[in-house]
Amino acid sequence: MPTSVPVPLSIPKSPTGVSGLDEITAGGLPTGRPTLIAGGPGSGKTLLGISFLVNGIRHYGEPGVLMTFEENAAELAADVASLGYDLQTLVDAGQLVIDYVHVERSEIEETGEYDLEGLFVRLDHAIRSVGAKRLVLDTLESLFSGLANETILRAELRRLFRWLRDREITVVITGERGERTLTRHGLEEYVTDAVIQLDHRVHEQISTRRLRIVKYRGSAHGTNEYPFLIDAGGIGVLPVTSLGLQHQVSSERVSTGIPDLDAMLGGDGHFRSSTVLVTGSVGTGKTTVAAHFVEAACKRGERCLHFLFEESPLQLIRNMQSVGIDLAPWVERGQLVLHADRPSRHGLETHLVLMHRAVEALNPSIVIVDPMTNLLSVATAGDVRTMLTRLIDFLKGRGITALFTSLSAPNTSPESAEAMISSLMDAWLVMSADLDGRRRRRWLYLLKARGMAHSDEVREFHFTRHGVQLRPANLPDRP
Amino acid sequence: MTREHFELRLYVAGQTPKAIRAFANLKRICDEHLAGQYSIEVIDLLDDPRLGRGDQILAVPTLVRRLPEPIKKIIGDLSNTERVLVGLDLRAK
Repeated sequence: MPTSVPVPLSIPKSPTGVSGLDEITAGGLPTGRPTLIAGGPGSGKTLLGISFLVNGIRHYGEPGVLMTFEENAAELAADVASLGYDLQTLVDAGQLVIDYVHVERSEIEETGEYDLEGLFVRLDHAIRSVGAKRLVLDTLESLFSGLANETILRAELRRLFRWLRDREITVVITGERGERTLTRHGLEEYVTDAVIQLDHRVHEQISTRRLRIVKYRGSAHGTNEYPFLIDAGGIGVLPVTSLGLQHQVSSERVSTGIPDLDAMLGGDGHFRSSTVLVTGSVGTGKTTVAAHFVEAACKRGERCLHFLFEESPLQLIRNMQSVGIDLAPWVERGQLVLHADRPSRHGLETHLVLMHRAVEALNPSIVIVDPMTNLLSVATAGDVRTMLTRLIDFLKGRGITALFTSLSAPNTSPESAEAMISSLMDAWLVMSADLDGRRRRRWLYLLKARGMAHSDEVREFHFTRHGVQLRPANLPDRP
Repeated sequence: MTREHFELRLYVAGQTPKAIRAFANLKRICDEHLAGQYSIEVIDLLDDPRLGRGDQILAVPTLVRRLPEPIKKIIGDLSNTERVLVGLDLRAK
């Protein structure tokens, strides 16, 4: 029989304002308690700490103190400016105190007993001067290189953490990763509430940052390693959402932009917020179909986000103009964002974070990934499937239509090539081409279209000056 | 021995036993080795916490030799006279 232990619903938490991190931690860091952020050099510990402070001031009305033991003022300002933070403004507004602590062991002789009351007094003064609710100590471990008497230092650190708890201030302590331990000097011994580990790996010249919640006393938390990103948009962590099947299902139909295709789908086009896969070998017109979806949405006044993993934006615009689809005006109006990137520039996780970011920034009604198969060059099929699952889940959760193009090798059965992702797709358009005497003919059919009374015809696919037409195949001519 | 003037600062945080011991030790050492050529200023950080910033005071007691230059720091209750003399450059290491 399980004994019932009364468990409080949740301990109070202070949101970090870092997108994703608050979801993984179910609300943020433990309020009034210290959290250790451990990681190697360049893993982003300082920037994560500063984001916690800056967001606290900007979004949650909590003034903060940054006590830094390492960097000098100029270096620190340059570092955080790259994130788009202007610390001086916050300092001038009386919401932030930055205190640079410098310990130089070579200047110091030690004789007899001492304590770190000087540090306590200084910290106390800084906290009081702005009424701080948040504090970052970066990196406290520098004291170990500055002071020789480790016995005194450890006793004082223990006293410091008690002192901080008594003040009910929410603290982030950063710590340098150790060889066998979480931090070089074992700071995890003093911080028992929450520990976050950061990691920066470079694999085949592709760098990936990851974050993991090692420990969070009194709270449920995600246990995976989560990819995160540091760029001009700040720090973002990508939570791996569970693939729930709880999405709102739309029964609204919207045009694909190709009247003949709408007709094949039962007359009204595809379901809004469905997931469409377009597969075919080289030169069968996948991108053109995607461009029709985009144009139709823009004409409805919606926003579109088009990820290009092969062509440049200008190439796409030029090529589509040749078949009567002019995307340029929509780009100018800001309704269409063309997001070109080389698959090899980042790892899959980073691509996913960047895609999330772009979606969050634009809030589009349709997202195109063209071609998703190029992502296979940076990861295994299994990883790509996982990533697409997460992406589709994210898009469905927001009611966004997704269209993926997939390049299949000629003469392979489409069912085998994309079997790995077919179950994620609501509609599947298969395109092919063959040679008929002196002419290359293109074909299109619907392999599936969930919830729609769709045509099972194979149509002949024609490019015209006014876009794509799908004509009933002249059956006797078919090979 | 040179007749340089020693300008010394002793940082403390309240009248703690360690602070009182440090001052007594310092006074004795100075009288024995620097008679007539020193001044001691005692700074209590509890009176004004900002005073510790310039000299980067974390540990107390901390003795700072302001003059002659370069600046020297000795932390602790100054109970080891030899170490204090070394720290003040009054004796070779």
